[in-house]
Amino acid sequence: MMNIDPDPIPIRGFRPTVSNAIAIAILGGWLIVALAARQLAPYDPDAVDILNMLAPPGATHWFGTDQVGRDVFSRVLFAARVDVFLCVSGVLPPLLIGTGVGLVSGYFGGAIDGLFMRIYDLFVAFPFFVLVLAIVGVLGPGLVNFVIALTLVGWVSYARLIRAQVLSIRETEYVQAARCLGYSPAVIVTRHVLPNAIGPVIAYAMSDAVLVMLAGASFGFLGMGAQPPNAEWGVMIADGQAFVQQAWWICLFPGLAAVSLGLGFAFLGDGIGQIQRRQVTA
Amino acid sequence: MNVLSALVRRLLQLIGVMIGIAIVSFLMVHLAPGDPVSLLAGDRTNPAVIAGIRHQYGLDLPLWRQFIVYVGNLMHGDIGRSLRFQQPVAELIVRFMWPTLFLTGYVLCLAIPSTMALAVIAARRPGGFADQTIRAIGIVGLAIPVFWLGIMMSRLFGVTLGWFPVSGYGVGVGDHLYHLFLPALSTAIWLVPVLTQSLRAALIDGTNADFVTAARAQSASEREIFWKTILPNSVLPTLNLLGVMVAFLIGGAIIVEIVYAVPGLGSLMIGALLGRDYYVVQGLALVFAMATVAVTLIVDLLTAFIDPRVRV
Repeated sequence: MMNIDPDPIPIRGFRPTVSNAIAIAILGGWLIVALAARQLAPYDPDAVDILNMLAPPGATHWFGTDQVGRDVFSRVLFAARVDVFLCVSGVLPPLLIGTGVGLVSGYFGGAIDGLFMRIYDLFVAFPFFVLVLAIVGVLGPGLVNFVIALTLVGWVSYARLIRAQVLSIRETEYVQAARCLGYSPAVIVTRHVLPNAIGPVIAYAMSDAVLVMLAGASFGFLGMGAQPPNAEWGVMIADGQAFVQQAWWICLFPGLAAVSLGLGFAFLGDGIGQIQRRQVTA
Repeated sequence: MNVLSALVRRLLQLIGVMIGIAIVSFLMVHLAPGDPVSLLAGDRTNPAVIAGIRHQYGLDLPLWRQFIVYVGNLMHGDIGRSLRFQQPVAELIVRFMWPTLFLTGYVLCLAIPSTMALAVIAARRPGGFADQTIRAIGIVGLAIPVFWLGIMMSRLFGVTLGWFPVSGYGVGVGDHLYHLFLPALSTAIWLVPVLTQSLRAALIDGTNADFVTAARAQSASEREIFWKTILPNSVLPTLNLLGVMVAFLIGGAIIVEIVYAVPGLGSLMIGALLGRDYYVVQGLALVFAMATVAVTLIVDLLTAFIDPRVRV
C-alpha cells in the first residue's frame, strides 16, 4: 500500500528535480512579468503608430509591430497578465469545489456518492471543449463567462480523482485508528484523509493549468474569450493571422509565450509526479 | 456473469446517461440569458409578432412541457431547427459531418503507428536517452496551442515552402488526404505524447510481469514474447485512454477546422455560437455527447473482446 505514513507527505523532503527547477524559473519569470508588465514594457501596448505598421523585429521593436503599429513585445508582456490570471482562476475554483465534493462523496459514500457518480457519468459524456464552448456561447463571450464555464465543467475531474484516493485511504489503519480514538468525521477528513489524498490532485492541477491556458488562448483566438483590443495571446494570434504572410512575428511571439508558460506548468507537473513516484517506491 | 447480461446492464446505464444529456442540452438553451426569438425577429419587432413566433416554436409552454416536446422530437430524430439556415439541425450536421469524421480518422491513422513506435523505443530502456528525449518532446507537444501550431505550419509548409495547401477540404479522397495533412498533423502532435506515455508505462509493467517470465521459461524468443505476450497485454489501458481522448479530439478538431478553414462540424459550431444560433449549438452538443457515449461503448466492447477477463 502507498501512503502508510499518516503525515502529510507531498511537501516534506521536497528535493527539486531538474524539471522542477526549470519549471519554477519559467513560472516565476512569467509571474514577475504579469505583475510588473507596466514597468517592463518599453511601449504602451495599445499605442497605435501608423508610421511603423508591420515593422519587422529589430532594435527598436524587439518583436516587431502589428498591423496598427502596436509594439508586439509590450503586448506579449501585458497579455501575460490576462493569461497568468486565467491559469489561476481557471484551476483554483474547480480544484477547491472538486476536492470538497470528492472528499464528502468518497468518505461518506451512500446516496451522495451515487448522485455524484451519475453526475460524473453525465459530464464525461460531453467533450470538455464542446461543453465549455457551448456554455460560453450561451452565457456570451468574455473572460468571466469563460472562467464560469470552466468551473462548471472542471470540478468533476478533480472530484473524481480525489474520490478514488479517498476510497482507498478511508480503509487504511491510521484512519481506522483515528476513528477509534473518537475524532469527528470533519477532523478525520480534513486532517488525515485530505493531506494524503491531495498529491495526485496537485499533479493533475498542473496538467490542468496547461489545458486551461491552451483553452483560454483558444477561446481568445475564436473570439469567445478575452475581447480585443485587450492584449491576450490567443487574441493577438487571431489578429495576426490575417497578416501572417507578410508579418509572421505578430503570430509567432504570442504563441511562443503561450508555449513557454505551458511548459512551465507541464514541467512542474512532471517533476511533482516524479517525486511522488519516488516516494511510493521508496 | 455472462457477456449478454453485462451488455444489457451497460446499455441501461447508457440510457440514463442519454436522458441526462438530453436534459443538459435542453437546459443549455432554455436557461440562456437573452431570447432567441427576439434575435430571430430583431429587437424592434412588434411584441405581437414575437408572441406569435414564440407560440409557433412552442416557447410559450411551461418548461417541463417544452422538455417533453423536445424529447418527443428527439425520438423522431428531430434535434431542432437552425434559426439562421432555416433548415433542420440534423440535415446541417450530416452535411458538415464528413470532413470532421475524415479528419478524426486521419489523425488516428497518423497517431496510432507513431505512438506504437515511440512507446516501444522508449520502453526498451526506461530512463535511457531515447526514453528521456521522447518524454521531453512529448511535454513540449502537450504545451503547444494547436491553433498556433496550425497557423505556423501553414505559413511554413503552405506559404514559404508551398508543399501543402493552407486551407479547404478538396475533392476526392486523395485530395482530402492532401488538404487535411497539416490539420491532422497539428492534432496528432498533441495526441501522440498522451498515448505514448500510457503505452510506454504499460509496456514497462508488462515486461516485468510473471507471465513474461513464464513465457521465457518456455524458451519463447524475445521477439515472440514481445509481439505475442507483452504487447497484447499492454494495449488495453491505451485503448481505453484513446476512447477518452476522442472527446478531446473533437475539441481539437473544432479549433483546427477554424484555422485551416475546413468546412466541418467545428466550423459549423463556431459559426452557430457567434451567430447565436442556439438550436444548432444544442444539437451539436447533443450529437457530440452521443458520439462520445458510442465511442466509449465501442471501446468497452473491444476491451472485452481483446481481454476475456474483462466483463464490462
